[in-house]
Amino acid sequence: MLLTISTTHDPATDLGHLLHKHPLRVQEEVLWFGKVRIFYPEASKQRCTAAVVLDVDPIGLVRGRRRSAGDGTLGQYVNDRPYAASSFLSVAISRVLGTALAGRSKERPELVERALPFEAKLAVVRCRGGDELVRRLFEPLGYRVETVRHPLDEAFPDWGEGPYFTVRLAGEVRLKDLLSHLYVLVPVLDDSKHYFVGEDEVEKLLGKGTGWLETHPAQELIARRYLRHQHSLAQEALRRLVEDEGPDPDREHEAGQEEESAIEERLNLNEQRLAAVLSALKTAQARSVLDLGCGEGKLLRMLLMDRAFERILGVDVSSRALAIAKKRLHWERMPPRQRERIQLQLGALTYRDERLAGFDAAAVVEVIEHLDRHRLAAFERVVFEFARPRCIVLTTPNVEYNVRFEWLEPGKLRHRDHQFEWTRAEFHDWSEGTARRFDYRVERLPVGPDDPETGPPTQMAIFTRS
Amino acid sequence: MSPVLRIPELSLVVLIGPSGSGKSSFASDHFLPTEVLSSDRCRGLVSDDENDQQVTTQAFDVLRFIASKRLALGKLTVVDATNVQREARKPLLELARTHHCIPVAIVLDIPATICRARNALRSDRQFGKHVVRQQCQQLRRSRKALKREGFRYVYWLRSEEEIGEVSIERVRMWTDKKELTGPFDIIGDVHGCFDELLELLGELGYRACSVQTESGEPVETFRHPEGRVAVFLGDLVDRGPRVADVLRCVSSMVSSQDALCIAGNHDAKLLRKLRGKNVQLEHGLADTIQQLEREPAAFEDEVARFLDSLVSHYVLDGGKLVVAHAGMREDMAGRGSGAVRQFALYGDTTGEVDEFGLPVRHPWAEEYRGKALVVYGHTPVPEPEWLNRTVNIDTGCVFGGSLSALRYPEKELLSVESKATYYEPAKPFLADAAGSPALSAQQRWDDVLDMQDVSGKRIIQTRLHRAVTIREENANAALEVMSRFAVDPKWLIYLPPTMSPAETSGRPDLLEHPFEAFDFYQRQGVYQIVCQEKHMGSRAVVIVCRDEGVTRERFGIEDEGFGICYTRTGRRFFQDAELERALLAQVRAGLDASGLWSELDTDWLCLDCELMPWSIKAQELLRSQYASTGSAGRAALAETIAELERAEAAGRDVAEQLAACRGRVEMLDRYIDAYRRYCWPVIEPGDLKLAAFHILASEGHVHTDRSHVWHMEKAHALAGASEQMLIATAYRLVDLADQASRDEAAAWWQARCDQGGEGMVIKPLDFLARGKRGLLQPALKCRGREYLRIIYGPEYTAEQHIERLRSRGLSVKRSLALREFALGVEALERFVSREPLRRVHECVFGVLALESEPVDPRL
Repeated sequence: MLLTISTTHDPATDLGHLLHKHPLRVQEEVLWFGKVRIFYPEASKQRCTAAVVLDVDPIGLVRGRRRSAGDGTLGQYVNDRPYAASSFLSVAISRVLGTALAGRSKERPELVERALPFEAKLAVVRCRGGDELVRRLFEPLGYRVETVRHPLDEAFPDWGEGPYFTVRLAGEVRLKDLLSHLYVLVPVLDDSKHYFVGEDEVEKLLGKGTGWLETHPAQELIARRYLRHQHSLAQEALRRLVEDEGPDPDREHEAGQEEESAIEERLNLNEQRLAAVLSALKTAQARSVLDLGCGEGKLLRMLLMDRAFERILGVDVSSRALAIAKKRLHWERMPPRQRERIQLQLGALTYRDERLAGFDAAAVVEVIEHLDRHRLAAFERVVFEFARPRCIVLTTPNVEYNVRFEWLEPGKLRHRDHQFEWTRAEFHDWSEGTARRFDYRVERLPVGPDDPETGPPTQMAIFTRS
Repeated sequence: MSPVLRIPELSLVVLIGPSGSGKSSFASDHFLPTEVLSSDRCRGLVSDDENDQQVTTQAFDVLRFIASKRLALGKLTVVDATNVQREARKPLLELARTHHCIPVAIVLDIPATICRARNALRSDRQFGKHVVRQQCQQLRRSRKALKREGFRYVYWLRSEEEIGEVSIERVRMWTDKKELTGPFDIIGDVHGCFDELLELLGELGYRACSVQTESGEPVETFRHPEGRVAVFLGDLVDRGPRVADVLRCVSSMVSSQDALCIAGNHDAKLLRKLRGKNVQLEHGLADTIQQLEREPAAFEDEVARFLDSLVSHYVLDGGKLVVAHAGMREDMAGRGSGAVRQFALYGDTTGEVDEFGLPVRHPWAEEYRGKALVVYGHTPVPEPEWLNRTVNIDTGCVFGGSLSALRYPEKELLSVESKATYYEPAKPFLADAAGSPALSAQQRWDDVLDMQDVSGKRIIQTRLHRAVTIREENANAALEVMSRFAVDPKWLIYLPPTMSPAETSGRPDLLEHPFEAFDFYQRQGVYQIVCQEKHMGSRAVVIVCRDEGVTRERFGIEDEGFGICYTRTGRRFFQDAELERALLAQVRAGLDASGLWSELDTDWLCLDCELMPWSIKAQELLRSQYASTGSAGRAALAETIAELERAEAAGRDVAEQLAACRGRVEMLDRYIDAYRRYCWPVIEPGDLKLAAFHILASEGHVHTDRSHVWHMEKAHALAGASEQMLIATAYRLVDLADQASRDEAAAWWQARCDQGGEGMVIKPLDFLARGKRGLLQPALKCRGREYLRIIYGPEYTAEQHIERLRSRGLSVKRSLALREFALGVEALERFVSREPLRRVHECVFGVLALESEPVDPRL
């Protein structure tokens, strides 16, 4: 991992005083994740360059890592972390160049507050959001930006371009500002869910952002990405909300799209969908309801609020989702009258389960598209033949509508976990066939804006036992 | 001689007597302390005071709860309470009925004066005189009622002397014939078809002969020269032409101990008729009566005696076999109650009748989960019908079907055709071929498995490696994967185990070397091993059938082609159905050309394989992790070297760092070379390579009894016979006692690694090898130095790194490998022996669950 900082200030060697590192010496410091070396590839009056080389120890990252830390990739020995600039660089800047970052210089105090011609180069940084994002982040701060993108593997051109760039920034800035910008924005570019460096990330962000972040047009994106590193429950929940059903966040970032509007739209759609399901359950006058694939319990909460539903059973295949659902429903301190109306249990919809029998209605909201297509037959028997509620309300995406999602690459499904998404005709055929085989009547309703060309984003079928 | 109280082994013994009559002492004299449930003790348990009458209700709740748990487990239980009131006895009788146990009453009828005197001696029993007096009165009023209330045995002990003298003998249940181990020939409903019976007995090997019974009477019987025992499933009579001959034959075989016979509903009804009961003469009974009237007068009595001796069902062969006319639930087998007898004779009738006027039966066999094989008849089926370890062998001889026998323990079926339709069935049972379902009853039932077969903590018995425990959280993890991604469970007859590497090598620049694996096996006393080239692709299980008909018949799968290729987690390998079909067609063509179908006498085969290239399955991983790291590394190091070179030119002392960086670049390049070798584009099927290394199973056989050389030879024959895609695995047979042989194998490994191979797999020559402490690791992998860059990182060979990597804990990995291996083989064995799918599925589910155990993924 390499960062170089050059200046053409006259005399350029003042850089050594500003950085508090002697231009003629190679200096080394040991940090917990590796070694930092600072040396000067050039140090003339006209131009002086300091190189910060960070040797991250890949074995130490895996073997000595703290349990709470980050996502899975840090647990891998095969890892880009030793090579790409990341939050480790931020740590190195604050530890090794802390005086300069704080804006102090013993020898050249007058230079600290002066904007000087600086050039910074990040040898490799992973940019989620590409060249465009680099410009969005640095140009408003007055830098000229140059980027070079590196191929993933030239032997396999069809694997496409990699996410790595060499980034050059040039501008007239104060050194402490340059360092602050790098401190904050390198992790934002990298956007890895990495170790968090301390408990007080918000403070750090505000501290290092003083004077420029307040007015930065991409402020929200910076804050969100920077704070993503915090693993507070609220952040975790936000992250999951994003992942919930829309696009894969990674893909979304690569495309460099605005995500807010997409989330807006999805939240809206999800609410509409649940409202439609709820209304169908009410119309069916169901008093006992199964929520099959209840996930984290959004529908359960709505059901619980309506006393007309006397018995509610939420089933999901993920024990993690059930735990979150319990937390959201405040399970431990739920009043006894509510508590006796609702149950949650682990279950898979491809296995016959006698606990599912004897309910008035079942809601199967955005579930079947997560099943392998070949297992649908088992799902049908489990729900329609064995559980056999009087009414089944089922929703699934309408793939035709996908062209209306601007953030979605053509031909891609809405979620990487979807095994399939159906057209209206496919859903029609499946629901009619299923109804016939299991002796139900079925009607289909649109959910969300019913686009004249593509139909609605979500399709819903209401099955009623004949 | 002291009087003996005989009580069945499976009884609920209710002691009855007033306070002070000595029930507790009696109980402790004759029963285990754990068998006795005392109401006073239960009062104490809930209230700390054994005499607190306020908590009677709660105390009896506890008592009955414990009693019901014990009875459900088949444990004799004694209730020590006064029980002098009918209301007190009623729930106990109900309990006995629920658990089909025999209710036994033992009454201690002691004069009130003695009771009172005894109570007076106890400080904790200071209640009024009237209490005991009242209890004695209530007891006397019960005298005649006990039998009527439902107690099957009532023992009334009238004095202290009598109580002191009696002894208790526990007698076995009538139905318990566990000591008989057969072998048996179990014969379905005969219904007076004597000609067919003779023919069947003949085919089974029974010969007519004259012998003497135990009591010395001569009897004409049929006997098997090897001492096999015939078992008749009841319904000997009615509808058929030669009822008397059948009765004569079977009763003499029973008396000469050449046969067992249980009661059928027709036999029971005939007995009631013979006993003078008013029964309706329908369903062939009138004809039976006519036939019997032609016999000598004494014959009817003989028949009545014989029919009266028939019990409802038998539990045989140590509990592994149950025979009953109409079937038997697991919780009823070996027990005694009216409900058990009713079930054995008529099945699980719902009380409704169908459109043919026949009683509707609940399909008890569908829900049967017992360990014992239940053989039954009663309802005619065109072919013997296996379902969940039950088999119905009534093939409707009297209706023009056939008379069938099941050989046990061989589980072979033998049938003789009926010579005529002696009686028209109310409901046509010989469905015409076109109308019969394509799948068997078991296959239809297996279409959907039940949550209870996979959820929660599980203990799976395996033949190879004892019981394997699956923890609940692992089962939960597997449930998600299995239900969302895995193929139809009917295909999933095997999942491969994980494989441990050899112990870490001590050689300076290596983590793994074959010598450690050699030493491992040698220490366990294994000297003959096989070294196989390790292919670097993705594990694939391939099942190929000769045609779709075989898929349907053997796997019960319709419209899913003639085979499948799935991954080590049970997912379909290919999203692209064309590609899968092309691959399977190649395997099938290879099997055709190599003659393996006929050599193994099979129509299907399950193969353990490696499918290449790696990139086909690992595309995403390659892009996001492997190529990414390479790309970032090259760019970063190139820039760093450039800056260092400038610094060096400017006179800084960076020589050491420059050298280190150049070394890193070299390692990174080797790393990139390493992963690239396992990647190539798959544009057409011919770009795939499939290497089979285990011929796991074929019809009737799991090939774990063959050596790895056999497996290699078959795999080579398969590869040799195919035109493309299938490749052979290079291998060496190594004698560990011979240093030259070891060296040669190690050199071979080195050479393969130098050419870019992943390394090799070292296996004992025998597929199932046992060492000093039981089952041995079935294989150890030994990976090459360059390959391991993909695992331990591009620069792992740098000295400061490799030294830290040497400490690796292998024990968890090895324990998992063994348990998964045992489960995988168990799954195959169960599939091959045609066990219900849930039994196969629990094993593969177990493998998947164990795979969710946290273990160092680099091992």
